[in-house]
Amino acid sequence: MTGISLRRLGALLRKELIQMRRDRITFAMMLLVPLMQLVLFGYAINSDPKHLPAALVAPTQDRFSRAMVSALELTGYYDFTHVGISATEAEALITRGAVAFVVTLPSDFGRRVERGDAPQILIEADATDPSVASGAISTLGTVAAEALQRETGASPTQPPVGIVVHKRYNPEGITQYNIVPGLLGVILQMILVMMTSMALTREIERGTMENLLALPATPVEIMLGKVVPYMGVGAVQVAVVLLAARLLFGVPFVGSFSVLAAGIFTFVLALVILGYLISTLARTQMQAMQLTFFFFLPSLMLSGFMFPFRGMPGWAQTLGEVFPLTHFLRLIRAVMLKGASQPDIAQPMAALLAFVLVYGLLALARFRRTLD
Amino acid sequence: MNAIEVTGLTKAFHGRKVVDDVSLSVARGEIAGFLGPNGSGKTTCIRMMCGLLTPDAGNGQVLGHDIRREARAIKRQVGYMTQKFSYYEDLTIEENLAFVAGLYALPAQAVRDTLAGLGLTSRRSQLAGSLSGGWKQRLALAACIMHKPKLLLLDEPTAGVDPKARREFWDEIHGLAADGLTVLVSTHYMDEAERCHRINYIAYGRLIARGTVPEVIASAGLTTFLVTADRPGEVAARLRAAPGVEQVAPFGTTLHVTGTDRAALERALTEAGASFQPGETSLEDVFIRLMGQSRDNMA
Repeated sequence: MTGISLRRLGALLRKELIQMRRDRITFAMMLLVPLMQLVLFGYAINSDPKHLPAALVAPTQDRFSRAMVSALELTGYYDFTHVGISATEAEALITRGAVAFVVTLPSDFGRRVERGDAPQILIEADATDPSVASGAISTLGTVAAEALQRETGASPTQPPVGIVVHKRYNPEGITQYNIVPGLLGVILQMILVMMTSMALTREIERGTMENLLALPATPVEIMLGKVVPYMGVGAVQVAVVLLAARLLFGVPFVGSFSVLAAGIFTFVLALVILGYLISTLARTQMQAMQLTFFFFLPSLMLSGFMFPFRGMPGWAQTLGEVFPLTHFLRLIRAVMLKGASQPDIAQPMAALLAFVLVYGLLALARFRRTLD
Repeated sequence: MNAIEVTGLTKAFHGRKVVDDVSLSVARGEIAGFLGPNGSGKTTCIRMMCGLLTPDAGNGQVLGHDIRREARAIKRQVGYMTQKFSYYEDLTIEENLAFVAGLYALPAQAVRDTLAGLGLTSRRSQLAGSLSGGWKQRLALAACIMHKPKLLLLDEPTAGVDPKARREFWDEIHGLAADGLTVLVSTHYMDEAERCHRINYIAYGRLIARGTVPEVIASAGLTTFLVTADRPGEVAARLRAAPGVEQVAPFGTTLHVTGTDRAALERALTEAGASFQPGETSLEDVFIRLMGQSRDNMA
């Protein structure tokens, strides 16, 4: 009597799927929005930026330093807008954000290259926007080496220069690939929470709630009936985004698929139940929407999607831990990019499961069996 | 044992008592009318009886189950038809019925039988939202008797339905009652009240009259005269001000003049120079008076 009846759950699921299918605009939105966002965000945020303004601090101008500069410019990443300035001026420029890089050559650069004792080049990168710096930095080593080899004609037995890279302002050098996996979490969160947050309020606003409550369905059955169809929607979205990530952005996938699938499943479950919890709190669809955004924006800011998590102050990091997205981002980045296996992601996985449990219990406690 | 036996039901919303100490008993197989003006607490009462609202005070049994503790058992054996159409307008007729059948774990045959009984088999793929008011009402009734309930709670089922459909609806209700179903139906149509075995009248949240229609009329102790006049408007104006006259209601060229004191009423009519003859007090006359009385009591 109190257990879950598959027959009743089946009836609830069928009804929900028919309604979903008949609401064409919403249905199209659920399928197209992820793709649109991925393409939009993916290309807008994630393009490998070129022609970044750079400053050169070189006390002496000689053929070696000129070779370095032209080689760096040839990569397309650097535009030396300020050449021959002092270190103090360069510092001011990078602080203001007028340049993204400061390349500093030592005063005896040319002589030391000729002597072959590998002088050091300091590259300071403004890594507040990490994706800006990463591409440029990654090309540095080989470019500089090749340029100087051509000039000296020396054999490449030993590197002609030592390159020291300082990523300034942000110790966590996130690569551009972080955006797309993160975007999967953001898209899932936005669509699924928003859709399920209207699950009950829609019944209330259409006046069908009274009837639903008068029928013999248990609160757990009603919750599952509302939530499971959207897990199906989530699965389709995941497939779309992962495929696009591979085909459009060439995001590497080094981890195990089953580990990722388990993580995504738990995350999606947490999201749809969170949406359902919101719908037990809101009285109208409008309120449900507002509550969703109230949740959505801080989670976007504090989860590490927009800003590097470790760059945030302690209190913000603590706050960030309350969002499922934070844990999901750690999980998916670890699995997709670092090839993490099950034990490595035990912590974010446990956190996601805890969200499922807490949201589910809260939703069941909040669910009103009566119209009181 | 009675199908419905509740005592002292009370419910307040935001500090305002909507239902105040209502006791109700409905015998098995009876068609009980639940009458009262808009906002008198009929819907709230019905919701408390089928477990959709928790009473602030009072208790009782519906079909032998406690209304506070056994709401689930009650829901299984009760068919509740809401005032507003509350099936899914974006589902077809058949899908709505299949949904209900699934929740009651009924076989697929039940849906086919219901469609055939409604005469809607050929229109089963039509969206419920596109049905007319009368058809929506028939669909809702069919959906809530599909699981063969023992008690039917109908909340103003005929509001906004044309006379022919209303007639057919009541024929069906009587047919169901003849098969042993107990029916509690709320309405504010007087002609529908007269189709019930017994009526319960509620106003301002209080139950103020109950019994068969003749009993309720007799207990009011009203006398009614029919006045025929060429210019009923003028006579009515004079009569309304006269002592002993409580209600003056024009019906075409005649006036129904009602009061509790027969002698005073006759005197008033004679003084007004009207030609009158004894008439029958209608249920409507009684209810208008009951409403007036209970409003005075409230104030």
